[in-house]
Amino acid sequence: MLEDINFLLIREIISSVLIIIGVMFMLISTIGLLRFPDFYIRMSAITKGATLGLGLILSGMGIYFNEPDMFLKVVLIIGFTFLTSPVAAHVIGRTAVRNKIPFWDRTNLDEFKEYLHKEHTAHRDHERDNKQV
Amino acid sequence: MSFFSFTLIFAMAALSLCLIMTGIRFAIGPSLPDRITAFDLFVANVIGIVAIYTELTGNEDFIDVAIILSLFGFLGSISFAYYLMKSTR
Repeated sequence: MLEDINFLLIREIISSVLIIIGVMFMLISTIGLLRFPDFYIRMSAITKGATLGLGLILSGMGIYFNEPDMFLKVVLIIGFTFLTSPVAAHVIGRTAVRNKIPFWDRTNLDEFKEYLHKEHTAHRDHERDNKQV
Repeated sequence: MSFFSFTLIFAMAALSLCLIMTGIRFAIGPSLPDRITAFDLFVANVIGIVAIYTELTGNEDFIDVAIILSLFGFLGSISFAYYLMKSTR
C-alpha cells in the first residue's frame, strides 16, 4: 500500500503550489511598490507582501529537498527575515518622518498630529526638569 | 519538460520581472528613503532567485548564499537609514 505512493511527485506538487503562491505575493508587492502614491504606503506594501512571499518560496524549497540540515537553514532564513524586516521598515519610516518626506494629501493625519503635539510637550517638560536640576 | 521545471522557470521569470520593476522604482524614486526601500525589496528578490536556482540545479551549497544575503541586506538598509538620520540633523 505504502509503496504505491510516489512521494517525489507529492513533494513536487506541494513545492510547486507554495512557490507559485509566493511568487504571486512578490509580484503583487512589487507592482504596489511601483504604483502606490506615497512613500509610507509603498513601504507598508513591500514590508508585508515581500516577506510573506519569501517565506512561502523558501518553505516550498525546504519541502522539496526533505533533509534536516536544509530545513534548519530554511528556518534560519525565514526567522531572520521575519525578525529583521519590520525593524528595518520601522527605522526607515522614522527617518522619513524626521526628514519631512511628504505624506499623500488624502492621508488622515489627525491622530498623528495629536501624537506629535504630546511628544513635543513631553520633550519640553523633560528639558525644564533638566534645567531645574 | 515536466510541470515542476516549468513551474521553476516561470517563477524565475516572474522574479526577474520583479527585479526590473524594482529597478524602475530605484531610478525614478523621488526621495532617498524610497531608494532604500527599493534596495530592501531588491535583496528579497535576489534571495528568492537564489532559492529557486538551488531547487533548479539540485546543488545544496547555494542556500548559504541566501543566508549571508539576508544578513547583509538588513545591515545595509539599517546602516543607510542611520547615516541619513545622522547627516540631516
